[in-house]
Amino acid sequence: MIGQGRLAAWGIGLAALVALPFVYRDPYHLHILVLILIWSFAYTSWSMMGRFGLVSLGHGGFMGIGAYVTALLWNHLGLSPWIGIPISMVAAGALALIVGYPCFRFRITGHYFVLVTLALSGIVLQVITATRDYTGGSLGYTPNRTSGNKLLALQFDDKTIWYLIALGVWLFGIVVWHWVDRSMARYALEAISEDEDAAAAAGVDVTAEKLKITLLSALMTALAGAIYCQYQMFITPDTVSGIAVSLQMVFAAIVGGLFVSLGPTVGAIITILLAESLRIGFGTKAVGWDNLVYGVLLVLFIIFLPKGILGSLLDRLKPQRKVPRAHEQEAVQIARPGT
Amino acid sequence: MLEVNGLVKRFGGFTAVNNVSFKVEQGEILGLIGPNGSGKSTIFNMLSGTLAPTSGSILFAGHEIAGLAPHRIINSGIGRTFQIPRPFRRLTIFENVALAGFYGQGRHSRAKAEEAAERSLAMVGLPTDRHASVDGLGAAGLKKLELAKALATAPKLLLADESLGGLDEAEMDQAADMLRNIRDELGITIIWVEHIMGVLMRVVDRVMVLDHGEKISEGLPSAVAGDPRVIEVYLGTDAETTQAAAAEARRRAGG
Repeated sequence: MIGQGRLAAWGIGLAALVALPFVYRDPYHLHILVLILIWSFAYTSWSMMGRFGLVSLGHGGFMGIGAYVTALLWNHLGLSPWIGIPISMVAAGALALIVGYPCFRFRITGHYFVLVTLALSGIVLQVITATRDYTGGSLGYTPNRTSGNKLLALQFDDKTIWYLIALGVWLFGIVVWHWVDRSMARYALEAISEDEDAAAAAGVDVTAEKLKITLLSALMTALAGAIYCQYQMFITPDTVSGIAVSLQMVFAAIVGGLFVSLGPTVGAIITILLAESLRIGFGTKAVGWDNLVYGVLLVLFIIFLPKGILGSLLDRLKPQRKVPRAHEQEAVQIARPGT
Repeated sequence: MLEVNGLVKRFGGFTAVNNVSFKVEQGEILGLIGPNGSGKSTIFNMLSGTLAPTSGSILFAGHEIAGLAPHRIINSGIGRTFQIPRPFRRLTIFENVALAGFYGQGRHSRAKAEEAAERSLAMVGLPTDRHASVDGLGAAGLKKLELAKALATAPKLLLADESLGGLDEAEMDQAADMLRNIRDELGITIIWVEHIMGVLMRVVDRVMVLDHGEKISEGLPSAVAGDPRVIEVYLGTDAETTQAAAAEARRRAGG
């Protein structure tokens, strides 16, 4: 439950975030903030199912579909992103159901589920690369610049507008996270993650509940991909899809804190600042170093700080939590084969 | 209300349950006993949908439920407990039961589920405090939580699986009385699987005995306890208890 004090803190924080681009206009810093907000939304989307032990390495696939389907529909059919984004989300959702249903129906859980989803990201990446006549392959893809209505094309030159869009999308992710957190579905999913038979004996339709959260998570991740594409106006298979992006989601969510709403956001701040400082500090000499650092940090976090930075910090501030969270170490362990 | 006909379950070449038929009448408590591995839990798992029968039919309130998904069976009015309690440790005690109240009754309303949780917790004698953690419960408390979860699904038929294992004698008597109260006050029909015959014989209306997956005896507790085949099955393993139970059942039948 959100108390009065917390609601006030959220309100003040949000007001400050909305006001920020009007008082501080440094384009580079705004750019970093937009990236942090978009990726925070993607990581939050991943954590929607990750927090229930459904560790997916397939989310790079959903994000890639969101980005590429939107851009392809715009370039080839002239379809506005306002229509293209929902279509891309439906495509990602359909794929999530096609992969999810057999997994959940036949009880593919834990490490095996991770492996199936790993294959999913690989396949989407391969398809994007292989259809290079349409997608530009590994060279990347650029949505055509509009000469007409910018709103219709969802293309803006002003960083402030993008900042506000990204803020809105990010906030939407946080709201959905809290909505799930306070629903009966959370009880069911926590129960399922512990003991599927016992959950079924309590009347829970295990397959349906898992499918619902997977669908929600995939839809949101596709939206993140589409927004990223519209903002950057340039996508490559490696930046929006594939195993590296999927791993980055797992990493950020775990480092920030998988079981608190702002955990993935903290994870995004850390990963993006890390990538940027490596890029600026070492330039081209450090290409790929961020992935190396992610890997090492992920191992350290899973062993020493499984609740993530924000999760552990909140625990420290509030020593009395209503539910002991010893289980969280177990939930995170499922992510280990991905490291 | 429950009619089981020719129920068979094979695991590969092993027949766990072999052609078992029985009926349960509305409002009765049927005891299901038998040595380890006699097929009691397998029958329970088929009744509750955790396992699909190899063949045979299970009619519950006139509907065939054999092979249905567990959540459908639970929603049709059968509740179950597990032999070893399986609480959800990530949820509070209250949330455990509210979950069953919500999903076990067709996901109607949260308020109704919470009401059911409060009623069920009070019925089994657990605190209705919303923040109490499962980790604070001992063996007896966990058994009560199992029962509360099953009750919250508003069952017409309750499958209670060896509810008394791991309890001391006072707790056993208490638990046996609780099952009887559930039947008397809520009108819930009960099938009770149990190792410990003495307590069971005091409470049940009728007993069915299984051995090696087959039904070897069925009837009133006094009659079954005196059945030579039953005594033979239990001799050597639990002879004293059986005889004590038989003596007590005979005394009760006489008086």
